[in-house]
Amino acid sequence: MLIAIAIMALGAVILGAMLGWASIRFKVEGDPLVEKIDSVLPQTQCGQCGYPGCRPYAEAIAKGEEINLCPPGGAEGVQKLADLLGREVKALDAEEKPKQVALIDENTCIGCTLCIQACPVDAIVGAAKQLHTVVAKLCTGCELCVPPCPVECIRMEAIPETIDNWKWKHPVIAIQPVPARKVA
Amino acid sequence: MFQLFKFNGGVKPPGNKAQSVGQPSATAPLPARLVVPLHQNIGGTPRPVVKAGDRVLKGQLIGEADGWISAAVHAPTSGMVRDIGAYVQPHPSGLSAVSVVIEPDGREEWIERQPVDYRNLPTDAVQTAIRQAGIVGLGGAAFPTHGKTTPAKGVPMEELIINGGECEPYITCDDILMREQGEGIVRGTAIIRDLMQPKKVLIGIEDNKPEAIAAMRAAVAACGENFDVVAVPALYPAGSAKQLTRMLTGKEVPVGKRSTDIGTQCFNVGTVYAVWRALALGEPLIDRMITVTGNVEHPRNWRAPIGMPIADLLALGGPKADTDGVILGGPMMGFVAPDLTVSTVKATNCLIARSRTLFPPAPPEMPCIRCGECARACPQDLQPFEMYWFSRARNFGKTQEYHIFDCIECGCCSFVCPSRIPLVQYFRFAKSEIWAREGDKKAANSAKERFEYKKAREEREKAEKAEKLAKAAAAQAAKKAAEAAATGDSLPVTTPTADDAEAAKKAAIAAAMERAKAQRAAVQPRNTDALNADQQHAIDAVEARRLQAGLETPAADNENPSS
Amino acid sequence: MTLSSPYVLKETSVTWVMTQVCLALLPGIAVYTWVIGPAILIQLALASLAALAGEAAMLKIRGKPLNLFLTDGSALLTGWLIALTFPPLSPWWLIVVGTLFAIVVAKQLYGGLGQNPFNPAMIAFAASIVSFPALMSQWPSQDMHLGLVEHLRIVFGLSPHLDSLTAATPLDALKTGLKLGEEAGASVAGLLANAQTFGHVGGRGWEWITLAYLIGGLWLCLRRIITWHVPASFLAAVVVLSGALWLYDPREFANPLFHLFSGGVMLGAFFIATDPVTCASTPRGKLIFGAGCGLLAYVIRVFGGYPDGVAFAVLFLNICAPLISLLTQPPVFGAKGRN
Repeated sequence: MLIAIAIMALGAVILGAMLGWASIRFKVEGDPLVEKIDSVLPQTQCGQCGYPGCRPYAEAIAKGEEINLCPPGGAEGVQKLADLLGREVKALDAEEKPKQVALIDENTCIGCTLCIQACPVDAIVGAAKQLHTVVAKLCTGCELCVPPCPVECIRMEAIPETIDNWKWKHPVIAIQPVPARKVA
Repeated sequence: MFQLFKFNGGVKPPGNKAQSVGQPSATAPLPARLVVPLHQNIGGTPRPVVKAGDRVLKGQLIGEADGWISAAVHAPTSGMVRDIGAYVQPHPSGLSAVSVVIEPDGREEWIERQPVDYRNLPTDAVQTAIRQAGIVGLGGAAFPTHGKTTPAKGVPMEELIINGGECEPYITCDDILMREQGEGIVRGTAIIRDLMQPKKVLIGIEDNKPEAIAAMRAAVAACGENFDVVAVPALYPAGSAKQLTRMLTGKEVPVGKRSTDIGTQCFNVGTVYAVWRALALGEPLIDRMITVTGNVEHPRNWRAPIGMPIADLLALGGPKADTDGVILGGPMMGFVAPDLTVSTVKATNCLIARSRTLFPPAPPEMPCIRCGECARACPQDLQPFEMYWFSRARNFGKTQEYHIFDCIECGCCSFVCPSRIPLVQYFRFAKSEIWAREGDKKAANSAKERFEYKKAREEREKAEKAEKLAKAAAAQAAKKAAEAAATGDSLPVTTPTADDAEAAKKAAIAAAMERAKAQRAAVQPRNTDALNADQQHAIDAVEARRLQAGLETPAADNENPSS
Repeated sequence: MTLSSPYVLKETSVTWVMTQVCLALLPGIAVYTWVIGPAILIQLALASLAALAGEAAMLKIRGKPLNLFLTDGSALLTGWLIALTFPPLSPWWLIVVGTLFAIVVAKQLYGGLGQNPFNPAMIAFAASIVSFPALMSQWPSQDMHLGLVEHLRIVFGLSPHLDSLTAATPLDALKTGLKLGEEAGASVAGLLANAQTFGHVGGRGWEWITLAYLIGGLWLCLRRIITWHVPASFLAAVVVLSGALWLYDPREFANPLFHLFSGGVMLGAFFIATDPVTCASTPRGKLIFGAGCGLLAYVIRVFGGYPDGVAFAVLFLNICAPLISLLTQPPVFGAKGRN
């Protein structure tokens, strides 16, 4: 009896020591989970999740925040996060929108630079009292530039489908019963 | 006897080629209107250089090549430019893109045609001439031809392959071109040969085209060249560049590498013929041979202007009553034209009138039984059924593990599948999804980078501002202290609270000015900092002249950001 | 929705493939009927009916189109294979239960055609031999010559005197004979001399049936319905292993020819292990798969407790098939020059 307890205790001590050694030896700097979550998020930096940017949201998810708060990521983003974290897939907590790009009405723009300051990804160029314009390629469609504009000259436009971004569709063919053959 | 190699897989669909080679080719009459799409090549979209209302001559440049991998577009005939706008494209999506609409005047007035003295020009000049002539691969890929004529660095060019395979059913445009224009093809081949300096030139033709083989042998002999005209077994897709290269040389071009990396290069017969016409006759690529066949009364090959609406071309063949659409390209790799208003482009090699009897609708898709027929038919040695499972499940990472990007979409797998699964469409779907995702990922990464840069910049600006503020406040306080020290004895009864409040106010104003200054400095970068003696001297001279002219006083410009 | 190219398809279908396999079984069935009697036809009819009924019911429950999947021929083929592997004089309910188990549990519950990880026919055989070992070991004795009516009476339980008509299979007879005669110094040669049970190379009569299976299987290979890999490596493995042991001790072990033409080796090699759904998918994988089946079948039939080992060998290799396929991916075109 005593010997058994001693053996178990010894085993526990040895294994515990190994675990402790491994945790020091194989310590990973930073939080790889946050990095992984961040790489799944769409990096629009739009703040629609309620966090100031994608990384803060990634950190929040790592601490247990819901995974369905990112509208630009869409249902697919939720699915990816669920796969990554082994959580339940949930319906997106917002409407899914098609991808958009901001467009400045050049006739109305007064050159106030407010949108430039609001743009999280430096996709708007222009200077004080100069016309501003959106570099469409860099725009993530986050809509953060829309509210600050004092003259409401920014609107969001869905990205149109062109031959360059057109995609082949998933070939789901409904299996229909073959029309009954005529009996000869 | 020439030693041929084999590739794995391949299928033998019914050829249906005899119908359209019964008659020699003919030139298609000009239609009422030509719609010439600008983007007919892989690479940059050419920029339009004409506008609505311009008169253009036959062969006149209407779209200028944009970037090196791009090809110019020319007016196929003389006439008026009626519109430059979005028109439905001959593309499976049925979407529109910029096209130039020309109304022919029927006079066929050429621009001044200037042959290029290609024998005495440096390589890059010849390549530029080919690019200016708008020549792209006419076998269907439409890759700008000049971009393929540079051998890889450090790899000697072994074989130049001229592709007369034409393995797709129904298509005979290359066959008829080889029968009728053998000399032009051989001379065009010689031009490319001079550019690339290969050790051997091989002209590969499927053995179901004996007339073309004979014609090409005669043409090679007539031109006194030492090209090998090789008959290859008719096995679809022997006309694919990779498979033809394998058959003729035994070499396999790996995905992601160019064929020049293994010392070979492959051109379609139509392409080299167009090169010869462009350089020897000065005629840019404005028409091409197109097979009109399928459910028509008179299947035939037509030399048709690029930009001809397919409805007009189809009418030449006399479509039968039950025609319900047009396949552009062959039945194995082509696509159904979105509608009959779309026009032919440089890559259009065949129009097949479709009917339910010729091309019955696809039977219902059954589950995959993993019979492996597709893997045995695949000329790229892939496992289509594995890629199918993962494409269907949208597990795109796995499809890439099974090398989905090696797939050439030849259609062999779908052809043999007993479960009638549209495998190729699954692969096209998966590929375009993967491309889109990779694009998204790239965009996300760059957005993240810019976001982080912006954050860092804002932090830095804030820190700099705070530092300046602190400095100014310190200076103010020091001044105050000095003043206080100087006047301290005389005014000891001044209420210290009022004094402090005033100092703070002054400091705040100074800080605001400092901020404004900083902002100005930030907005207007100055090039007057860090001048050397000469520059300073020159500036001083200018200032002196200004002063003399009474324009302004240099003292007014007392902003000095370095303070 | 318009599909993309190719717009021409080869004349082929799942139904056609399954029909070809069924056709290839016909010589075997004909010889079976001639040697053993019309009981096998009764069993085939019962199995076909049960298979189609089970398939139809399951398709209905799963909401799949009946006419499309019932006509694909896969259920019919499963039923035929079950009939050919079960004792022909077993009671009617045995084959019905076995077939229903194969179709309902081993095939449809896994998702139907193309989705089953195990060969349904072999699942039926394994489940039945585990559940009803006595019934599954009663094979008709060779000297029984009864008509269709007699066979019908036996199958439907109207003639109770079954025991007197049945015997063990040649494989079982050999194994039992060797075990019982251990002290008496029984040898394979001596046992095989018993003309009542054994014929020229294999079991008496059974060798002809097996030969017919071989002919049907070769025809399938020639028509490229199946590839040569699985049958070749299956048979080669049996020959190599049995040959090695036979050379080592011909008194204890039967010769390779006997093993090739006894039991389910031919049927298994050409018709059961080649089932594409449950087989390895690559050429090298198929070689490994077939060899594994052959080795295991021999080991189980010679050293194990069951009269034959083909069913268990195939089922075991079915489990390994995905892994085998994964590890034997052939190089793709141009792989040599890839970085």
